[in-house]
Amino acid sequence: MHMADALISPAVGGLMWAATAGLTVYSARKVKEELDDRKVPLMGVLGAFIFAAQMINFTIPATGSSGHLGGGMILAILLGPYAAFLTMASILTVQALFFADGGLLALGCNIFNLGFFPCFVAYPFIFRNIVGAGANARRILTGSMISAILALQMGALGVVLETFFSGISELPFSTFLLVMQPIHLAIGIVEGMATAAVVTFVWKARPEVMELAAAPEPLTRVSLKPVLVGLLAVAFITAGVLSWFASASPDGLEWSMARTSGKEELEAPEHGLHALLAAAQKATAFLPDYGFKEQEQDKVVPREPAAKVQEVESWPSVNGGTSVSGIVGAMLTLAMAGLIGFGLRRYQQRA
Amino acid sequence: MPKIESSFLDISRLDALASQRTLIHGLDPRAKIVTTLIFIFIVVSFPKHEVTALVPFTLYPVVLIALANLPPGYLFQKVLLAAPFAFFVGIFNPLLDSEVLIHLGPVGISGGWVSFASIMLRFGLTVGAALVLVATTGMNGIGAGLEKLGAPNSFAVQLTFLYRYLFVLTDEAARMVRARSLRSFGIKGTEVKVFGYMIGHLLLRTMDRAQRIHQAMLCRGFTGELRLPVPLKFSWRDMGFLAGWSSLFILMRLVNIPQWMGLLVTEVLG
Repeated sequence: MHMADALISPAVGGLMWAATAGLTVYSARKVKEELDDRKVPLMGVLGAFIFAAQMINFTIPATGSSGHLGGGMILAILLGPYAAFLTMASILTVQALFFADGGLLALGCNIFNLGFFPCFVAYPFIFRNIVGAGANARRILTGSMISAILALQMGALGVVLETFFSGISELPFSTFLLVMQPIHLAIGIVEGMATAAVVTFVWKARPEVMELAAAPEPLTRVSLKPVLVGLLAVAFITAGVLSWFASASPDGLEWSMARTSGKEELEAPEHGLHALLAAAQKATAFLPDYGFKEQEQDKVVPREPAAKVQEVESWPSVNGGTSVSGIVGAMLTLAMAGLIGFGLRRYQQRA
Repeated sequence: MPKIESSFLDISRLDALASQRTLIHGLDPRAKIVTTLIFIFIVVSFPKHEVTALVPFTLYPVVLIALANLPPGYLFQKVLLAAPFAFFVGIFNPLLDSEVLIHLGPVGISGGWVSFASIMLRFGLTVGAALVLVATTGMNGIGAGLEKLGAPNSFAVQLTFLYRYLFVLTDEAARMVRARSLRSFGIKGTEVKVFGYMIGHLLLRTMDRAQRIHQAMLCRGFTGELRLPVPLKFSWRDMGFLAGWSSLFILMRLVNIPQWMGLLVTEVLG
């Protein structure tokens, strides 16, 4: 469920970072306004609790597998949306740093997918409406189930959209959607059961704990508006600023053009080492042709063929050569990086 | 269960690595955080069929691992453990994109495999850089650095608080799980109901703990805002680290060094 850095583009990552940063600042301000300084240690310790709770598994009825608590919903129920969002953000940051779950650029996406939806959508609009003032065991069960399932569905949709707009994965939108949504339906049901079990227990053992979260300032439609307006503004600004990154790598279109022209039969002519080396020599002769693509770098022309391998598609002779030289060069670079590391380590140990 | 316990032991190993004293550990957290973010941003900004130009970026983690005296094998293992999501999404590329992109003599490599290789390389680089950041800076350093960089105080405090109690609560949960499994004579699964009781008790104890912590904090003069006690000084050395690496990253983004070297070599041989 965690997005990975490797699958997102800078534009998507930056946009989600900006959105998440805005939400974090907004939530931090709201938590401060609540002036309940008991929440400071409570949030920290509950964040650690989510990690600890994930060590305790339960068996999913009728299947052999096991599930555990995900976190977003239960935090929202216990802490209220703003504090829960901050806690969720800190949990995901620690996961990204220490468990390499997701990544630092994808952190914005992950906090949004797993924090925003349960805290600002599922909790105020679903759980609250169902459980409301008169909590009882059945309402808690239905409320937890429905809100956990919907929060995870929205989160999964977020993952699909982010992956799709990044364009690194080849997965078609609909296929990925059809894989992700049912999987997260199952995960959502499990999460709902776990959440309901814990909330029911707490509600029976110490009902005042849940009141604590419910009491300060109910979250209404009105108070959610600034979040959405701010989000939209941030999104537009970031998209504007970052869009040049997308256009700096116009490979999507070129790639699909190369694909539709279907050049596979042209690859046949040369085989063997000699042909490849000859091609490598020829490659240099072709290179000036690509100079116009990036005028500001005509001094470093040789990089062109690898950066835009797909363009070279129609000249197989060049292609063979450049890919060989690319691989040779990559090996050399790796070896050099390794040597530098080794040398530095020796130096470090002597010092 | 021993598996999960050991994964938390792992955190303390990263923590121990972060408490070393080397040139890199001594740098200001802000310099390392910003450099890491620039690194990740630039690595991710390459077009999706790029492989060779990404290779020089291994220099950054390699140099830091060497200078900061980190165990490379251990970090590599951690990177592998995190790989499944990127791997399973990426592995569809070869299936969906079978257009031949690179010709190596008689062998054609499809665009899908090229972009898959690119995804895995990006994955290793970005995750490696993040792990190196933690292992050279530590959570307290990162929290303080984030606050100085403009993150809300309550978020930075939350981060350090969570990290402080992570060890305490995971120990507690591990003891509960062990106690249950000893009393249930090796029955594997836990019912949802028992699960609810266990987590519920853990939760109540956690909340009591939070109350005790709060009282202790009040006794020590807590007024609602927490100051992080890590003194930070951004010196010329930090500036040099940030500027040096950033310009190298930009250079490596603009110039495909392996391609250039490879052309040189193949030409000499040819």
